[in-house]
Amino acid sequence: MKIKQLSALYDSKSWLMLTAFVGVICVLFPICNMLVPADSFFHISDYTVALSGKILCYAIVALAIDLVWGYTGILSLGHGLFFALGGYAFGMYLMRQIGHDGSYHSSLPDFMVFLDWKAYPWYWEFTDHFWYAILLVLVVPALLAFIFGYFAFRSRIKGVYFSIITQAMTYAFMLLFFRNETGFGGNNGFTDFKRVLGVAIATPNMRLILFMMTGVTLIALLLLSKAIVSSKFGKVLTAIRDAESRVMFSGYNPLHYKLAIWTFSAMLCAIAGALYVPQVGIINPSEMSPSNSIEIAIWAAVGGRGTLIGPLVGAAFVNGIKSYFTEAFPEYWLYFLGLLFILSTLYLPTGVLGLIDRIKEKRLSKNKELESL
Amino acid sequence: MNLPKYLVATLISLLMFIGHAFALTADQKITLITGDNELRIGALSKVAESSDTEAIPYLQAISDDQVKIKGKQIFIVNDSDVIDAITGKAVELPDDAEDVVNNNQMRGEIDATISALNLFSKETKIRLDAAKALLDADPSAGRLVLIKKAEQQETDSAVKQILFQVRAAIEINSEDKATRLAAAKQLGESANPGNKQILSSRLGPDGEKDQEVVAEIKHSLNLIQGHMAIYDKLGQIFTGISLGSILLLAALGLAVTYGLMGVINMAHGEMMMIGAYATFVIQNLFHHYLPGAFNWYLLAAIPFAFFVTAIVGIIIERLVLRHLYGRPLETLLATWGVSLMLMQLVRTIFGAQNVEVENPVWMSGGIELATNLILPNNRIYIIGFAVFVLFAMWMLITKTRLGLFIRAVTQNRAMASCTGVNTRKVDAMAFGLGSGIAGLAGVALSQIGNVGPALGQGYIVDSFMVVVLGGVGQLAGAVYAAMGLGIVSKFLEGIAGAVLAKIFVLVIIIIFIQKRPQGLFAFKGRSID
Repeated sequence: MKIKQLSALYDSKSWLMLTAFVGVICVLFPICNMLVPADSFFHISDYTVALSGKILCYAIVALAIDLVWGYTGILSLGHGLFFALGGYAFGMYLMRQIGHDGSYHSSLPDFMVFLDWKAYPWYWEFTDHFWYAILLVLVVPALLAFIFGYFAFRSRIKGVYFSIITQAMTYAFMLLFFRNETGFGGNNGFTDFKRVLGVAIATPNMRLILFMMTGVTLIALLLLSKAIVSSKFGKVLTAIRDAESRVMFSGYNPLHYKLAIWTFSAMLCAIAGALYVPQVGIINPSEMSPSNSIEIAIWAAVGGRGTLIGPLVGAAFVNGIKSYFTEAFPEYWLYFLGLLFILSTLYLPTGVLGLIDRIKEKRLSKNKELESL
Repeated sequence: MNLPKYLVATLISLLMFIGHAFALTADQKITLITGDNELRIGALSKVAESSDTEAIPYLQAISDDQVKIKGKQIFIVNDSDVIDAITGKAVELPDDAEDVVNNNQMRGEIDATISALNLFSKETKIRLDAAKALLDADPSAGRLVLIKKAEQQETDSAVKQILFQVRAAIEINSEDKATRLAAAKQLGESANPGNKQILSSRLGPDGEKDQEVVAEIKHSLNLIQGHMAIYDKLGQIFTGISLGSILLLAALGLAVTYGLMGVINMAHGEMMMIGAYATFVIQNLFHHYLPGAFNWYLLAAIPFAFFVTAIVGIIIERLVLRHLYGRPLETLLATWGVSLMLMQLVRTIFGAQNVEVENPVWMSGGIELATNLILPNNRIYIIGFAVFVLFAMWMLITKTRLGLFIRAVTQNRAMASCTGVNTRKVDAMAFGLGSGIAGLAGVALSQIGNVGPALGQGYIVDSFMVVVLGGVGQLAGAVYAAMGLGIVSKFLEGIAGAVLAKIFVLVIIIIFIQKRPQGLFAFKGRSID
């Protein structure tokens, strides 16, 4: 059944949907936001664009979780850390771009002035170069994931053991980033960004550009992920998920496969984080809290693990509802989220996508029965 | 018949009290309250040297601002009663009697002299308090004779020890170099932060000039530093054990359910939270209906919290976990959902603010082993409680039929089922047991920290680490892991601060797991999935 779902990305209908999706993101949204008058029914408000941009970032994270959990069977409860690290890495560049426009008019960020620091710490070196910041986004979280994964997978930590250790990891980093002395703004993190590449950041145009960039990145990463999971490498990953010991006995070393997909997944999260920060305009350590990371897992579970598309749907669904609920009935949101966790694990083992598949199959078999009569 | 007797006794003691107050001569009394501070302090020193305990009430009256003067007449004013301090007779207070004014220096001197005179009291407690008060007061050479005399007479070792410190503190300011040397040496013999302060104040620019004495002072300071470091270490070990016992309480239930069912219960922290709220409810009930027995509400809260959380646990097992058997990762997510709902439920019922849980009287206070080593009573009781819970658990696992079943299912579920063990029922019971123990942990936590909806969240990661480190299925593993983690993290906290300590501990655990992936105490076996 999993293989069948996988093929869903191949057929012409899916390609058509994908093209339509690109069209929506790159044509429909900008037009409806910029050209359609504000009082029209078809107008898309700046708020909707911002929310959608955020959700697209989350979708990239959901894709990353699906690669490790859906395809390789590793449930990470620490992917929020890689997301936040990517955000912080790009945030450093954005902080440098503020220049002398902070409230203290110093060349240092406000929080450093506040701490009475005289110069940037060594790890802030070169962060005023855009491409160096991009490099940091790609390298630092991946390196952390590689080192952590190497030690964890080498000693064959798996299942819930691995999950809770990843949770402890993100928890430890959250505590570290909460400290003012760590040099990343403590509690408040980074905020009040002014510009990126010299262009003002908080304008509707910039928001649209970032939104489109995020959409295009998501589609590119989706295609890349599809290529990975349908390759021979991807098949080994699925085999590891279903019976790791047998894979090992057949002469494969699961360490290499797990480590590779784990690190790749962390990189996807970091990219999502880097795209997220300029759009929401803030990054702080609460992004690393264990509860955030667990929520990421539920996106994938709701949408359907091991389907690539499913988690994207899940991320959009859960976050869309979240933004509605937390505004309309904030006190019921946690009840709803809790129920979502319980019900989706109890009754939707294959997610919404799996449910649709099952309904389709039932209809098919019914048709066949009718034909044979 | 009793009443007159009592009256007579009171009268006699009153008379004696008044009689004592006038053992000083009239001249002495006047010099004590007239003139400038220097004159008055001189008079005080004379009183101190006389070691006349009978002067205490008069000095106390001066210190309490009850004394007024007019010419050669002194009045002690106690509310509406006015007596002549020299004749002891009740008199009318003249309108133009002046207040005796004591500034801070004078008041300190008077109180110190009272303390010095109290050193000759017959009650050990009064002498001890007096000695302690003198240790805190400014060292004054005027009292030296008195203190020396008291020290010689003293029979109680604790009081004698303090008196000796008081004397050394005075003598280190002495004119005589040999006396100063001896005092510096003696001050180094006890790890008292006060001694340290006296010694280091002598090292200041207008302190000790003689090189030999300076060397001695420095040596003594080093000694004190060493002693205090030892007490600090002991204190760290104690807080480490205390933290370890809390971690143990938090992790015991988790270890049972993880060992038995292979699932991580993310709602475990919320079980602790429910246990703490159960304590809160019992406290309020006692407050309303049994205020007389309020001090013992904890004894009622312990079984109540256990049963409430155990029932909640069994319900969760029935409704959720049962249907996810064999899917540990999904179970983890589902129990996370449960934890979110429980937190919100508590917020709905009790409000989002922290609630106040009072300590019973017998839980407050502490045992003072040294000035920088105080063991708080509530921590001691919690350590004892953890030992009790551990023992009860051990009895349950090793001596009862349920315990036998739990062990059997933990070791080999299929085989246990084949021999007729109802594994479903054992699962439910064990989950209830694990939750109940979490509830007990909640009772303990309610006594040392804030009780709020997010109470459990703070402990969840730490208690998981105990389970990871200790391995599953054996109590010993959990005990060693909890104590080890508690002590190591408190020591690291002392060196690097709380946050870095947490990170170090995590790194240590990850490195440790490289060597022993199954934890400290793993079952030896050949099973593989």
